[in-house]
Amino acid sequence: MTDLLDEAARLRRNLSDDVGDKIVESLYTDAARIADTSVDRDDARAKLTLDRALDRVLTHRVWGFLAMGVLFFGVFWFTIAGAAVPSDLLYVLLVENGHAWLRGLFEAVGSPWWVTGLLVDGVYLATAWVIAVMLPPMAIFFPLFTLLEDFGYLPRVAFNLDRLFARSGAHGKQALTMMMGYGCNAAGVTATRIIDSRRERLIAIITNNFSICNGRWPTLILMGTIFVGAVVPPALAGFVAAGSVVAVVIVGIGVTLAVSWLLSRTVLRGESSVYSLELPPYRPPQVWRTLYTSIIDRTLKVLRRAVLMAAPAGAVIWLIGNVHLGDASVAAHLVTALNPLGWVIGLNGVILLAYLVAVPANEIIIPTIVMLTLTLGANTLGAAPGVMLELGDDAQIGSVLVTAGGWTLLTAVNLMLFTLLHNPCSTTVMTIWHETRSVRWTTLATLLPLGLGFAVCALTAGVARLAGWA
Amino acid sequence: MAAPLPTPGVGPSPAEPAGACTSCALAPSTARLARLGLAPGRHDHVVALAGNPNTGKSTVFNALTGLRQHVGNWAGKTVARAEGGFSFGGAGYRIVDLPGTYSLLSTSTDEDVARDVLLFGRPDVVVVVVDATRLERNLPLVLQIRQITGRVVVALNLVDEARRHGITVDTRHLTRELGVPVVATAARRNEGLPELLAAIAQVATADDPPKPLRLTHHDPALEKAVADLAAQVEARFPGVPNSRWVALRLLEGDAGIEEAVRNGTLGDLATPREAA
Repeated sequence: MTDLLDEAARLRRNLSDDVGDKIVESLYTDAARIADTSVDRDDARAKLTLDRALDRVLTHRVWGFLAMGVLFFGVFWFTIAGAAVPSDLLYVLLVENGHAWLRGLFEAVGSPWWVTGLLVDGVYLATAWVIAVMLPPMAIFFPLFTLLEDFGYLPRVAFNLDRLFARSGAHGKQALTMMMGYGCNAAGVTATRIIDSRRERLIAIITNNFSICNGRWPTLILMGTIFVGAVVPPALAGFVAAGSVVAVVIVGIGVTLAVSWLLSRTVLRGESSVYSLELPPYRPPQVWRTLYTSIIDRTLKVLRRAVLMAAPAGAVIWLIGNVHLGDASVAAHLVTALNPLGWVIGLNGVILLAYLVAVPANEIIIPTIVMLTLTLGANTLGAAPGVMLELGDDAQIGSVLVTAGGWTLLTAVNLMLFTLLHNPCSTTVMTIWHETRSVRWTTLATLLPLGLGFAVCALTAGVARLAGWA
Repeated sequence: MAAPLPTPGVGPSPAEPAGACTSCALAPSTARLARLGLAPGRHDHVVALAGNPNTGKSTVFNALTGLRQHVGNWAGKTVARAEGGFSFGGAGYRIVDLPGTYSLLSTSTDEDVARDVLLFGRPDVVVVVVDATRLERNLPLVLQIRQITGRVVVALNLVDEARRHGITVDTRHLTRELGVPVVATAARRNEGLPELLAAIAQVATADDPPKPLRLTHHDPALEKAVADLAAQVEARFPGVPNSRWVALRLLEGDAGIEEAVRNGTLGDLATPREAA
């Protein structure tokens, strides 16, 4: 069959070098002719200038970044301000009343203490916690984010960031996969398939974890609300809280660029590829449809995953809190062992243990931390003894962490930083392995953010302690 | 076309070698699809959905299959290939959503995937979704697909947006130029979908679909080379319907097509689709 190929090669030699260009050219000439004779434009220009005017602002060198900050700040502020009341309601309903009622029910039918403990104090409580903490902010955040996406704003963000990515030796499309990562890092890692160059794709995969995912937003929002927002007068609390979340996002973008730059100058050196980014027209979002799909597709799916992860994690928390080895529970032993390391990086043993329990899903970090703090009680954690631990709304979560857990503002700020900088969840690690098929790159993508997290948190803790802030 | 297929417990298994495919003996179209990594299933016709990025292709896919997946307003949102099904007029259709591409010139993985499915998967209908507000930029892909097959329906999508911008497209003229049905749709509002379904059904059951499009080249030397090589392609693989397009690809040195010549799979294109 090769004689046909030989013939093709022979014919090709007789043609000029730009045969490919000529073929494409005739294709485009025909396309232009057909389009020309089929399309009738009527004052089209006037209407299109609205798009152009918007783009002039939203992709401007200076205003574009400002608009970006304001829009994202607005989204977080709405989320924080709007989630407070429904979160408290769910809390009272599911955690306070629901837990007490279920406990009563189990005791009434005479179930053994350990069954009640495992199922009600472990599985149910963790699940109820996750729903109360996560559902309201997600139900507000996702529709808002999706509206921005439908409007056509995200490609503009990619356009704005493109220059920065190019300068750090990464592919411009990484801005898009980064955006996907703000939903879910596993999805973001899969999305890097749009990057053809293996070198640039690996950079995008390794740095995707610096986009805060669904599972981590609630932790940031909660920390921002109850610790950072609390240091300013109540009137400003919402703004400052939202500002602190935006600040972490910006740090994340900075780290993404810095790590991309570092990788592209060390282990992943090579040419930058050229690509074209299409800015789609702005389209009026379909509000109701967006609400429907973002609640069904994103909110409930993410919540389902969180609940599936929370139930076994709740059992694990209860078990390590109630199985005793010698004079203390397993959890107490682990926390005591992790405490010195926790202290160095401005966190504590409970937080580190929570991150170990929550490797399958970051969604359950806050519930795990609070439950461990409550289970271990004041005596293990060195806070004032005899404190009554009553859980209520967000503010009470804060007071539990402060009084029983000995938390300070430094703990909260470092937890926010650590939320940004730690190993990806196990689903993402699996996805990275699936996409790269390389143990080496998967290990690097897992340990690099964790190492960075330890370094950054140790630095802030050191600085804060030297300056006498903590 | 293939008869309704019994599928004896064959799940989607892209990694399975063609030889191990238990359903291959039953239905050639299913076997072809399985080779390309598509799930075999119960259907009468296979529809491929192609189009430039960001033309509302995924919205059309959702509208046809009744899925409610979120659709993003950006290019490159659909990374994984989606598949679904629908039935119309008593027949079952399997629909494959191809990655959005600007061309089939095989410069990226996406373009390779789309081209392989269109050429070797030989779908019964190719629906090309085009953006009515940017017809000129969308037509090159339509023309390339038309060079491969005549079993094409053009969904002129986003006509609502075009209307807002004062753009009208003469669909009758476009139908004449392209030689295949052109249906105006606004998939987001479910406008034009009944007409699109009817056109798909008509093309799927057509016994004598339009021939692949012949584009003439203005450069005489190129035109002669294409004609010469196309004649040789036909001599080597009698009955290949799109010999001119194959000749063009060979002149460009397209590695995928060269491989198909070398291992003879190009000859499969000549077998009549009804053969069981």
